[in-house]
Amino acid sequence: MNRVDVREAVTRAHHEEWARVVAALTRRFGDLGIAEEAAAEAFATAVERWPADGVPPNPGAWLTTTAGRKAIDRIRRENKRDDKQKEAQLLYDDDPPEPVDAIDDDRLRLIFTCCHPALAMQTRVALTLRMVAGLTVPEIARAFLVAESTMGQRITRAKAKIKAARIPYRVPSAEDLPARVSGVLAVLYLVFNEGYLATGPDTDPVRPGLTAEAIRLTRLIRSLMPGDGEVAGLLALMLLIEARRPARVSAGGELVTLDEQDRGAWDAALIAEGHRLVRERLAAAAAGVAPGRYQILAAINAVHTSARDIRDTDWSQVLALYDQLIRLDTSPIIALNRAIAVAELDGPDVALAAVDRLEDKLAGYHAYHATRADLLRRLGRSQQSRAAYDKAIELAGNTAETAYLTRRRDQLR
Amino acid sequence: MQYLVSVIDDKSNPGSTDRQPAISAFNERLIAEGYWVFAGGLASPDAATVIDNRGGEAVFSDGPFVESKEYLAGVWVWEAPDLDVALKLAAEASKVCDRKIEVRPFQ
Repeated sequence: MNRVDVREAVTRAHHEEWARVVAALTRRFGDLGIAEEAAAEAFATAVERWPADGVPPNPGAWLTTTAGRKAIDRIRRENKRDDKQKEAQLLYDDDPPEPVDAIDDDRLRLIFTCCHPALAMQTRVALTLRMVAGLTVPEIARAFLVAESTMGQRITRAKAKIKAARIPYRVPSAEDLPARVSGVLAVLYLVFNEGYLATGPDTDPVRPGLTAEAIRLTRLIRSLMPGDGEVAGLLALMLLIEARRPARVSAGGELVTLDEQDRGAWDAALIAEGHRLVRERLAAAAAGVAPGRYQILAAINAVHTSARDIRDTDWSQVLALYDQLIRLDTSPIIALNRAIAVAELDGPDVALAAVDRLEDKLAGYHAYHATRADLLRRLGRSQQSRAAYDKAIELAGNTAETAYLTRRRDQLR
Repeated sequence: MQYLVSVIDDKSNPGSTDRQPAISAFNERLIAEGYWVFAGGLASPDAATVIDNRGGEAVFSDGPFVESKEYLAGVWVWEAPDLDVALKLAAEASKVCDRKIEVRPFQ
């Protein structure tokens, strides 16, 4: 086997096995830090040995066994004074038999622990990307534009808190599950959005690495919890947004809004997969299972991605879905997006009145001003539109959005 | 695992003062279910005295070690198997006391 093949095998094993190895080790040794370090050592050993020894027939089992030995070595080194009995127990526990579903269960445990509500949101994001996705600390630091040392500290502190406060390593009880799953999904959606609408003046407007990572993690959770409607909903939502990525930023680095996108550039395979998931959830809704917010958001995106041309968009369907969503989520951002559908159905004047009512809550949000600017432009109120564009440009953090807003403002007469 | 459970009151927005019967009932339950280790309400922070004997002689100062809008109104010590159990109880405690609750593990 040549070096390129081996490197690919290691990369693939990293993608497929990292979470499994960390999860199994965390359960066995009861310590995220030991699991993380031992997993990293095992992958480093694979990089060293596989070119000479060949890729093992079952890379996951090889990595788990190697990581287990590394963890025992580490514990021995760190606990030289520890009594012999404890050491004997560790030896005895080498290579315990594990049924396949127990391992899958471990990965779920790992996800729920990393996304525990007692951890700050940004900590949950960092920990999930490190422990479940297997990104390195420098990679995570780069993705969120913070210093490597800051990110390293954040993850170290989180591991210490999990240990000191005894955050349990388990799948929550059925009673707590919906709330905890929605906490996990919030983490994944945040990772996705940071990739999709990257903020920062000198950064790329889109970071496909983060959107891909978020989708990969959501697929993992979907495979572990195939019956959860909101997991399916979030996956569909991400796929339908990701499908439009090729058309969303112009060659010149400017945001292209939905009405101006080249729909031929959308990714048909992702749209088909997203639509399949939405149909699955619609069938469940028809059978009486009330959809959650991600499912409704996915359905809205399915309406948009079903239209071959912006003029074919079924706006009354979009509005009906927003009405349904607003009953679950009273966020003013949802009300703002609803107003965009209102503009298409009832005209920009009706929409503007609805948007203006949100001023108290959204005055600091660039999209509020961008929406107002667009509605005012359509109403021929150029001067007010210009002022709203100015405000939106001032608040927008994404370079492609700033470029788009600036052009629209400068086109006003 | 033992947790220190602090009841936090706010001088500018104090919790209601009629909570004692509900707290007593909650304590009964904590005892019955095996979580209860210790509980105690505290007098006002104004009644505190800080002692510093790190130097040559003990210095006494009147009042709490830190002046703040929020202050400790009472404590529990709970024995719970993990943080999830403690947080669930703490959520109830916050309702029962009509105050914020901090949960902090002992070392």
